Amino acid sequence: MHLIWIFFVYAIVLFVIGFYCILATLNLVRALIGIEILMKAVTLLIIIAGYASGRTSLSQALVITLIVVETVLIAVAMGIVLSVYKHTKSLDTKNLTNLKG
Amino acid sequence: MAVIDELILLMLAASALWTVMTRSLLRSAIGLALTSAMLAILMFRLNNPFAAVFELSVCAGLISALFFCIITITEPLTPEKVREEAGARFGRFLYLPVIVLIVGLVLRFLTVKVDVKIPALEEIADVRYYLWAYRQLDLIGQIIILLCGVFGIVILLKELRKKGG
Repeated sequence: MHLIWIFFVYAIVLFVIGFYCILATLNLVRALIGIEILMKAVTLLIIIAGYASGRTSLSQALVITLIVVETVLIAVAMGIVLSVYKHTKSLDTKNLTNLKG
Repeated sequence: MAVIDELILLMLAASALWTVMTRSLLRSAIGLALTSAMLAILMFRLNNPFAAVFELSVCAGLISALFFCIITITEPLTPEKVREEAGARFGRFLYLPVIVLIVGLVLRFLTVKVDVKIPALEEIADVRYYLWAYRQLDLIGQIIILLCGVFGIVILLKELRKKGG
């Protein structure tokens, strides 16, 4: 079996795990963890693309950019989660009904 | 592909699954750090040492520390409430291992002809060239994103401080 295909399969598996986590969880922190796992799948795809094409330097530069974006996303999302917790005293998404029409 | 690579990939998927399935948030954060560490090992093995160092220090270190902080700040559920919610949670996450197994096995044994034309190695420069010269516009974007993050956090925390008195 082709090397790229094996890595691709594992990236898809990671993507499924992260996506399911976001869909099924009712906890805001766990939703962030799901987003992180999605990011890991994308990182794995970039790495294997760089390795397969022989341009590892370019893939490394892309991964570094991705990590920067990931960190900022998580930091801001955590600020929002903290704000939600201060308002509702809970991390449960069921309690976020302020904008319900 | 060496057996060890396949083993690391398996551990990567297993740790991600454990991260999602485990009941404790703290264990989830530890699982996420483990997933990042596995990914970093893979990066080292696939000739991506700089990205691996970033992944290990930022994702496995800094982001895990952020998760530990937020879990500590927010009050954990009482054991009674955890027991109450365990059944519903089990029902929601019961299908995940089955779905992962099915998707993994179907894709693994799917006979797809991967026809990737791999070009000849033409590493014109190292990672510094790509970061500072080849992708200068992206670098500006990164700086803007970082500033957005900083201002976002400052505004959020300022608002919280006001509300807290």
